[in-house]
Amino acid sequence: MSIALVDLLYLLAAVLFVLGIKGLTRPKTAVRGNRLSALGMLLAVIVTLLDRNIVSYELIVAGILLGAVVGSLMAIRVQMTAMPQMVALLNGFGGGASLGVAASSYLLTLQAGGFASDPTGILGTFFIMITVLIGTVTLSGSLVAFAKLQQLISGKPIGFAGIKFVNAVLFLLSATLIAVLSVNADQTGLFWTLALAAAILGLTLVLPIGGADMPVVISLLNSYSGVAAAAAGFVMGNTVLIVAGSLVGASGLILTRIMCVAMNRSLANVLFGIMAEGGPTIDADDIYAGKVKSAQPEEIALLLENARRVVIVPGFGMAMSQAQHAVRELMNALEKRGTEVEFAIHPVAGRMPGHMNVLLAEAEVPYDKLVEMDRINPTFEQTDVAIVIGANDVTNPMARENKGSPIYGMPILNVDKAQTVVVIKRSLSPGFAGLPNPLFAMDNTLMVYGDGKKAVLDITAALEQ
Amino acid sequence: MEIMILQLSLFVLAIFLGIELITKVPPTLHTPLMSGTNAISGITLVGALVSAGAGDAHLLVRILGFLAVVLASINVVGGYLVTNRMLSMFKRKR
Repeated sequence: MSIALVDLLYLLAAVLFVLGIKGLTRPKTAVRGNRLSALGMLLAVIVTLLDRNIVSYELIVAGILLGAVVGSLMAIRVQMTAMPQMVALLNGFGGGASLGVAASSYLLTLQAGGFASDPTGILGTFFIMITVLIGTVTLSGSLVAFAKLQQLISGKPIGFAGIKFVNAVLFLLSATLIAVLSVNADQTGLFWTLALAAAILGLTLVLPIGGADMPVVISLLNSYSGVAAAAAGFVMGNTVLIVAGSLVGASGLILTRIMCVAMNRSLANVLFGIMAEGGPTIDADDIYAGKVKSAQPEEIALLLENARRVVIVPGFGMAMSQAQHAVRELMNALEKRGTEVEFAIHPVAGRMPGHMNVLLAEAEVPYDKLVEMDRINPTFEQTDVAIVIGANDVTNPMARENKGSPIYGMPILNVDKAQTVVVIKRSLSPGFAGLPNPLFAMDNTLMVYGDGKKAVLDITAALEQ
Repeated sequence: MEIMILQLSLFVLAIFLGIELITKVPPTLHTPLMSGTNAISGITLVGALVSAGAGDAHLLVRILGFLAVVLASINVVGGYLVTNRMLSMFKRKR
């Protein structure tokens, strides 16, 4: 094939990726969009196999087969609750693949007689080194994120005094090595030192980040995996890699920003593990003592019988007690009585952007019932009953009212404005932020203690009697 | 050098295009968006194929190329399939 034809076909593949992402802007067109994007990938792979100077196909066939089997098994078997781990792992693999491409490209050029010392040669080497740095950080950082989410290691921040100093040193070392290698590429020892420094940097960057901040980390690593692919595109002089990689890089960045805004944290705060100022410690007993009222499922059912509008506020706790299907049955029971039901979804309600929506979609809750925070907040005042299940910090009114509070300024769901608030929870224990929640002690709040799934099933049963 | 400038232009323009496109994706679809773009970042497979297929290359080059093909294939196949699985759940309704 002529180079022009190959580049045109790569352009077509890039267009298919763009159309694919465009399809994802609406649930109705999303499946088709994803298929268009997959078609673009297939096209790019076939064009590459036909065109490039590929002489041996054994390793390629073996590699694709192995990868396809592993990838399919992962995709078919993964539980929706474990989706963040899966995405973290895939991010890491993407980074690892870019690292492999850059490293083999480096060795190939050395074998072919070394690097040219003109500006083009220097830039080419520079891009190889950048790819190695980003690819390796993505790989090792994602593996840590995976281990934390899979609870192979503690989700708590892991670190030591001076870890920021170590990070700074590793970063400066990497930058220096990249500069030296760009003009003096045949120092293979330095090359592997760069890969090692980047691998350690990935570990020390993600280890100190706590479980609650994982949505930010996954989004950021998603972005890195795209940037690594784009950098590899500069190395190979391949346009489709550059375009596809930058699309992914942009996507990850936007999601990172959305997550940061939803948690009222700056990216720097998350990355460097800075929590907001503690403020005066609030004694949970002062807030809860004598004011918390609890209720039995039957009483809640009585309440729901007369409700015209009910909003359900799910948190990750709902998924942990596998209550999604029970919640959907409660929704059906309520709708059968003519009650209007909607779900209020906070952007960080799950473990990754949009996670709660997927968990509820799996339980066959129609997606138009899932209402985002900004749209549902004004409706709480006309809501008869708000049912909070497995959510805590994202409903804490201190974020709105208490200037001294560490979570002050974080956007929350204004469930406290509803006529009656029902909170289904095992105990009064605090959420990730470690704060008591004045919502639980409000006059219009009723606590239902117990396992989320059982409580919802009991309420539904009582309602249907 | 001129080619690199051209590639840099592509890179910058694609980032702006990406930002425009992705801000229009509703929060409901953010998880499939992430796994779907993840599959797209498996485009490194294209580079990996070239590395793994170089005939007379050093053994280490071919091993690295092979590993890159495996990792990128997992990324591509796993990413697209799991995205498809999630999106079908959104489609199915009523």
